[in-house]
Amino acid sequence: MSDKTTPPVLELANVTKTYQVKQGLFSAPRPLHALGGVSLRIHKKDVLGLVGESGCGKSTLAKVLLGLEVPTSGKVLVDGKEITPRERKLQARRIQPIFQDPYSSLNPRKSIEDIIALPLVAHRIGDAASRAGSVRRMLDLVGLPQRVLKGYPNQLSGGQRQRVAIARALVMNPEIVICDEPTSALDVSVQSQILNLLGDLREELGLTYLFISHNLAVVEHLATRVAVMYLGRVVEEAPAAELFAGPRHPYTQALLESVLTPDPNLSVPDTHLGASYPNPIAPPPGCHFHPRCAQVRDICKTTPPPHVAGPQGHVDCHLHAAPAR
Amino acid sequence: MARTIETVAEELRAPSPAAILRKRVFGHYGLVFGIAVLAVIVLIALLAPLLAGHDPYAQDLVARMKPPFWMEGSDPEHLLGTDHLGRDYLARLLYGARISLSIGLFAALISGLIGTAMGVAAGYFGGRVDLVVTFLINVRLAMPVVLVALAVVAILGGSLQVVVCVLGLLLWDRFAVVMRSSVLQVRDLEYVNAAKAIGCSTRRIILLEIMPNVVNNLIVVVTLEMAHAILLEAALSFLGLGVQPPTPSWGLMISEGKQMMLFEPWLIAIPGVALFVLVLAINLLGDGLRDVTAPENRG
Amino acid sequence: MTTEPILKVENLTIDVPMAQGTLHAVRGIDFELRRGETLCIVGESGSGKSLTSLALMGLLPKKMRCKAAGLDFSGIDLQRQTPKAMRALRGDRMAMIFQEPMTSLNPAYTIGDQLMEALLLHRPVSKAEARARAIELLGKVGITAAESRLGQYPHQLSGGLRQRVMIAMALMCEPELIIADEPTTALDVTIQAQILRLLADLQREMNMAMILVTHDLGVVARIADKVVVMYAGEVVENGSAREIFENPRHPYTRGLLRCIPVPGKTKPGEHLGSIPGIVPSLIGKVEGCAFRSRCEVAEDACSSPVPVRRPGTDHAYRCIHDIPEGASA
Repeated sequence: MSDKTTPPVLELANVTKTYQVKQGLFSAPRPLHALGGVSLRIHKKDVLGLVGESGCGKSTLAKVLLGLEVPTSGKVLVDGKEITPRERKLQARRIQPIFQDPYSSLNPRKSIEDIIALPLVAHRIGDAASRAGSVRRMLDLVGLPQRVLKGYPNQLSGGQRQRVAIARALVMNPEIVICDEPTSALDVSVQSQILNLLGDLREELGLTYLFISHNLAVVEHLATRVAVMYLGRVVEEAPAAELFAGPRHPYTQALLESVLTPDPNLSVPDTHLGASYPNPIAPPPGCHFHPRCAQVRDICKTTPPPHVAGPQGHVDCHLHAAPAR
Repeated sequence: MARTIETVAEELRAPSPAAILRKRVFGHYGLVFGIAVLAVIVLIALLAPLLAGHDPYAQDLVARMKPPFWMEGSDPEHLLGTDHLGRDYLARLLYGARISLSIGLFAALISGLIGTAMGVAAGYFGGRVDLVVTFLINVRLAMPVVLVALAVVAILGGSLQVVVCVLGLLLWDRFAVVMRSSVLQVRDLEYVNAAKAIGCSTRRIILLEIMPNVVNNLIVVVTLEMAHAILLEAALSFLGLGVQPPTPSWGLMISEGKQMMLFEPWLIAIPGVALFVLVLAINLLGDGLRDVTAPENRG
Repeated sequence: MTTEPILKVENLTIDVPMAQGTLHAVRGIDFELRRGETLCIVGESGSGKSLTSLALMGLLPKKMRCKAAGLDFSGIDLQRQTPKAMRALRGDRMAMIFQEPMTSLNPAYTIGDQLMEALLLHRPVSKAEARARAIELLGKVGITAAESRLGQYPHQLSGGLRQRVMIAMALMCEPELIIADEPTTALDVTIQAQILRLLADLQREMNMAMILVTHDLGVVARIADKVVVMYAGEVVENGSAREIFENPRHPYTRGLLRCIPVPGKTKPGEHLGSIPGIVPSLIGKVEGCAFRSRCEVAEDACSSPVPVRRPGTDHAYRCIHDIPEGASA
């Protein structure tokens, strides 16, 4: 699916985002590199799973793509054309979000119809009648009955609310949908329905997803490509099947080991991730991952890892550097 | 379609927000009482010319100091008696309701507009805007309201318009504080982020996404500040620096009656009770509205 | 193990009075637990699993009404205890670990103060002894430089470290029973694995009984000896972890297991199983099987009382159908 000949529908070129963090009243603010140069390409109909621990920058990345944050440097390209922060409205038409918590992502004072129609109203698309028609089509698409139109979010269950959020994201016919942990706030039985729905919609509408999740089993199920982030950088990127079959970066290996499959014959795995997640304000020198790495070498403590590109993806790790000794 | 599977057996589970609100309003006795009393007072103020039967300004030096109907020697022409200039006390009371209500309404309106604009701006934009607004709030809180109002009215002269403007410009602090903190709470919720990501304009986000979710706090402050303004006007008028005679204001009526307080206590009791009932009704309304719109905040 | 159970729960019910009527949140559940065993209570939101754990600790909000035919903790009838006696038990012989370590630690006191207080409250020990025990336990839960951590405040620690401190605090008095309510839900997957491993190791080492409340079937499979599956306030199926995962009987358990993607078993992109419908309202009278509105094999008889079936000594489920082993529901 990741056909290299067609241009990617979404491309991030060396995007960085730096916050200035004030620690004390009198100390000078220190830079926090939430994104330290992220380059990604997503092709049409791909599902890029973005995984990593909290604080690795995946949510910042989503905010940059949605135009909620302005990148400090780097470019965001949609269909090969650069999108500047000024063109937020244009960006919004093509990239739409589905947020994690369906309880806070819907305005409680608005009817379901108004919520789904909001993107159309904000962009002044169509008249009242055509908007009402679009909203009804969306309800059918996400599997909600028409009678919820006049209802309010508090009248719906968590799964139904997430369907409303999906309908709102799709009403503008976007090309790319940013799913930020779309099922982690839902019950297991509802989660599978939403995942099935997202899968169907991708087939029917030819959508492209950026799927952010900490649940690796879900990512393995849905994603076609996977990018692993650590401390603001993508440390490994590969087609999903390849990455799950043979993770190359030690961090990816540890992440995969920590997945708890429901198998009563196995016990809780040892991930060998000794130290805790580093403070992003004072990242470790060399490879950021080296204090937790089980296969650490001397070079990792001093030199940033090389970018090792393969035919299908890349890995940033000294272990996979071309043999130069 | 297979994906409608979840919803087949479902109905809308809870009543709509409007239905819940209706049920809560009528279940809250304090609120119902406040609304009813306030409605009666508003009606009286609007219909004062029809109900009074007398001109509140017409002096009748022959019929001075007539007692109200429950005392001996009362005149059936003047149900609540007459004041020291022989003006009908009932008529003055009814017309006085107009003064109190309009002071309360307009002062709360002016201060509400100023305070809300400042509070919302500070809460939504944060940063420098917030610093400036917080500074202004602190400056305002450092000023003693009554003294400043007295000084300004003393310079500009007392009239209804001056009093309304002075109170309006002095009472915005609570609006700003409350709006700032409630916008801060709502600002980072995901539906606001969703609206931003959809490409809504800032104006649209503030007016249609944020305001509807904080307006209940605004209503409560409006009622509090209305009561506050009404009491301040009465105090200013009592001190002779508010609404000027012969305008029938309740504060002025108490002031004029105070010389005869020991012999004719009803002269200050009647406007005093009227003031008490009005402020009580407004406070009950505010309290009730807070309970009804945000039941989760109750203990 | 043939020892006496340390915890016996018989016919526990919890009613919550609400404006619209009484909510029957937990309706007659039974289970028992021995030392050294781990019992997992699994269920979705609204199944009553968290209320059950709070009821065992005597921490239910006052307005909720809790009744049981038996609530026996190593010979003590928990229902007859005064609030003071319950306070003495909590933190001493039974301890609890909550989901959110940030809100369960007091931000105004240092880690050391809070750890030592847990011991000083219940045991006649000196401050120095309490301090030594705190350092010992911080080391046990895998916190390096334990001594220097004693002076730190909760906000100076990461989420994973805070949860370790919570565990150390729960273990200060060597409790016989430890109740963990979603102890790893707020944590990253990598930290989750570490914390669970730690809990399992400590539980074995100290020979404690542990109740783990969770919605995550992966966690359950890896750590449980016994599993209780709750749905809408009832135990629909219970048994050994192996029986529940390899040979589930109840349609709800089977449905749940089909809902989660399992690497290697479910093909990527393929439709996952799902359970249609939503949890029924538990307000007012609840009759028959609560799962019948979402069940594929429901019939009219499901609205009458449901028998408990026992396909094995350590396996029971509640269904009108006698569901054979392995057959798809």
